[in-house]
Amino acid sequence: MTATEIVTPPAPDPGATPPRRRAALRRLRRSPLGIAGFAVLAVAVLASVLAPVLAPYSPAQVHFDAPFQIPGTVGFALGTDDLGRDVLSRILFGLRASLEVGVLAVALALVVGVPLGLAAGYFRALDAVISRFTDLMLAFPFLLLAVGLAAIRGPSLGNAALALGISQIPGMIRVVRSETFRLKNLDFVAASLVDGASDVWVLGRHVLPNALSAVIVQATVAIPQAIIGESVLSFLGLGIQPPDPSLGTMLADAQQYAAQAPWTAVVPGLAIMLVALAFNLFGDALRDALDPRSSR
Amino acid sequence: MHFGPVRAVDGVSLRIERGRVLALVGESGSGKSTVGRCVVRLLAPTSGTVRLAGTDVTHLSRRALRPHRREVSIVFQDPASSLDPRLSVGDIVGEPLRLLGLASSRRERETRVGDALEQVGLRRQVAQRYPHEMSGGQRQRVSIARALVSSPRLLVADEPTSALDVSVQASVLNLLADLQRDLGFACLFITHDLSAVEYLADEVAVMYLGTLVEQGSREAVFDSPSHPYTQALLSAAPLANPREQRARRRVLLSGEIPSPTAPPPGCRFHTRCPVAVERCRTEVPLLRTTALGQVACHLVADDGSGPDVRQQQPVPVGEG
Amino acid sequence: MTAQGEPVLTVRDLRVTFRTDDGPVSAVDSVSFDVRPGEVLAVVGESGCGKSVTAMSIAGLLPPSATVTGSVRLRDQELVGAPEPTLRRVRGAEVAYVFQEPMTSLNPVFTVGSQITETLRIHQKLSRKQALARAVELLALVGIPSPASRVGAYPHQFSGGMRQRVMIAMALACDPAVLVADEPTTALDVTVQAAVLDLLRDLGTRLGTAIVLITHDLGVVADIADRVLVMYAGRVVETGPTQELFDAPRHHYTLGLLGAVPTAGRRAAGGRLQEIPGLVPVLHEQPDACTFAERCPAADEQCRAGAPALEPRDTDPTTHRAACWHPADALLTKGR
Repeated sequence: MTATEIVTPPAPDPGATPPRRRAALRRLRRSPLGIAGFAVLAVAVLASVLAPVLAPYSPAQVHFDAPFQIPGTVGFALGTDDLGRDVLSRILFGLRASLEVGVLAVALALVVGVPLGLAAGYFRALDAVISRFTDLMLAFPFLLLAVGLAAIRGPSLGNAALALGISQIPGMIRVVRSETFRLKNLDFVAASLVDGASDVWVLGRHVLPNALSAVIVQATVAIPQAIIGESVLSFLGLGIQPPDPSLGTMLADAQQYAAQAPWTAVVPGLAIMLVALAFNLFGDALRDALDPRSSR
Repeated sequence: MHFGPVRAVDGVSLRIERGRVLALVGESGSGKSTVGRCVVRLLAPTSGTVRLAGTDVTHLSRRALRPHRREVSIVFQDPASSLDPRLSVGDIVGEPLRLLGLASSRRERETRVGDALEQVGLRRQVAQRYPHEMSGGQRQRVSIARALVSSPRLLVADEPTSALDVSVQASVLNLLADLQRDLGFACLFITHDLSAVEYLADEVAVMYLGTLVEQGSREAVFDSPSHPYTQALLSAAPLANPREQRARRRVLLSGEIPSPTAPPPGCRFHTRCPVAVERCRTEVPLLRTTALGQVACHLVADDGSGPDVRQQQPVPVGEG
Repeated sequence: MTAQGEPVLTVRDLRVTFRTDDGPVSAVDSVSFDVRPGEVLAVVGESGCGKSVTAMSIAGLLPPSATVTGSVRLRDQELVGAPEPTLRRVRGAEVAYVFQEPMTSLNPVFTVGSQITETLRIHQKLSRKQALARAVELLALVGIPSPASRVGAYPHQFSGGMRQRVMIAMALACDPAVLVADEPTTALDVTVQAAVLDLLRDLGTRLGTAIVLITHDLGVVADIADRVLVMYAGRVVETGPTQELFDAPRHHYTLGLLGAVPTAGRRAAGGRLQEIPGLVPVLHEQPDACTFAERCPAADEQCRAGAPALEPRDTDPTTHRAACWHPADALLTKGR
């Protein structure tokens, strides 16, 4: 062997974070909007987890002597609603319910959509079937599905999440399918096949890890969609049942008193908007951070 | 527009002896890569056979093919897409060992990966790094290490240096030549660059539009090319020497390579051949053995003599 | 092909720095050259040497993250720091570009005729009819068969080589003084490349267009260049008339590049291809040292202590100059 030794910079400390991930983190830290999104989400998650501790009252506790207290009233920082329920307590628990719906719905979309997307993108024979199936799902009116589910199984948080999750499956399939389609034609997959790799190996070891950033981005976009969707369902009485609060039910209840007590609508409305915005900002930043080419 | 099966490669027969290097040369659309992919069984040929050390592997099932997988490896052109960006170099080079069950323990695998990396002129520690941290030349070395870690008997190298800079290309060509000499594997070297193969190849086969037009020893093909296309190809590649390059007469082929979806009748090269006669437009020339090698051209006699298009009048510029 | 008269393009002390996440990167450092009408100047080097950045900076095509200093004069007009409208006019009419990948440079939804006439109508204020006639003329000039009917065809109906000819026709539409061709034949097959190179050479002779040819392929340089500029890590390391530079390269990088090209008959002589160990460095700032020293077989303390100037050999009356403390031909003479 007379080949020249290639001069290489010193190898990174093997104990450290893999450089790829470290670079992604560095890029993420440089995005102020991403950090803002992350901060809002962290506060929201923390607040909803600690709701039982943080909330001054039970969300359902009524104060008949103190309806429509304006925000800032002693004892009711964000005011009370028509039944004298503490808006702050209801927001904390409502946030918890909304986040639960969002995460459950997207988890369902992931569990069903990712394998189907992989299969559709990888196996030509399955593609036609799965793609027609997604077309069919996209054509099916989502509200009809939600009404149907509520009629059969009764309205609840879980069923709202189920309906929302199902409606997000086609989008997930499409994202994963197109990534798989791109990746399976790359040479590293071919090299692996030459060595006798099985399809499961190729999908699990090469395709899925490389498709992951697209999946993460799709998920962070889908969660706020589900949260807004839950508001719509609860507003229509198809989601969480009173007296349990969710951001959507609070908004629905507030509408009749919006003129008298605008804060009862504004506070949950703002919460929905903030959480959705935070997810979108964080998702965008995450997508950029995970793409090595995005380093300017 | 015509859709339908494209006959990318038609009636190509190649034979690579143990430990020899066969260069398969052609331009875009010649089908050279398709041949390479059939050899490593990424594609199954519509008809014909691929035999590895006597065993017909053309129609073996995946399972039956497994014992033969370790005999053949492939190196691709683009080091950017031939290495999985999510895996470390160690995982990439170690993959064939895992897939083929060639290392009994993780430790043994790591040792063999380290050995393979050193063999291609990289340091063992490179195993912990990721492809995007490396230069194009280093990545191509990783690709070669991956291909050779299973000690294959045949290496298919599909344009392994075409995406690299000149000086890096030189070191990769040198490396391949050294490894081939030291390890003795046979090599199918697929390229569009005739100058790269003169340096490496024992035998040369030239393809045009899916068919083999000429095949022979390196000396025969380079010193006395018989087929007009081989002659044109040799004269078109510019020499890095201004005096020689400007003094020599080059063949300007008219037009461009026709679409493989509708190859011309007769000799597929006749639409661009400066010496084509009526017979070339109708009758398909067969690959015949001549004194100099094998050639598919009506105009070449059995002793290998025939027209040399490099002696023809150059086509005036502007009508190309 | 003989270059006549005053330089049409004069570049002096061109420096380009990019702002990146990892700090500034110096891409081009004190590059100077002239091009005369009818002359083909080849800028050679490997990726990362700054040759494309040099080409792009001529008519202000660099992204905003680039800082350009120095001077690029087109006849009497200074282009560095010129306002964007001026640059836009110059780009269409006086400095034209041809890039490596012809498909991405052509708009797939318009016919090639309409893409050529667009340029003509903007810059030369021709009528539709005049412009069309000129487009046919241009297609004929670049060797497109039956140009009158092909003028109505779409880009995808042309093959790679023909598309590159269309690109050249578009570039020539306004009879530019300077044609910057950035790897114009790299994406083409060799048999097609030969014809495109002949076309470029012919343009210099017939139209007096000055051509700046950016390439990594020394064969292409040997074929059509009158003069050569060899770049390494952003600097010009050697420049001179093509024949002389190939006959007696003085910089060790040029020597290395020439030795690395596979050439007919070398294996028969038992030779190996010459390698240049190491990598082209990414420079945050240009050091006061020879940037090639780390990879150079002849480097010593002097090379690391100061940057050599681009100078002719004292006895050398020609324009052949190299930036090297220990030029290769001097060593050669000593060795004998």
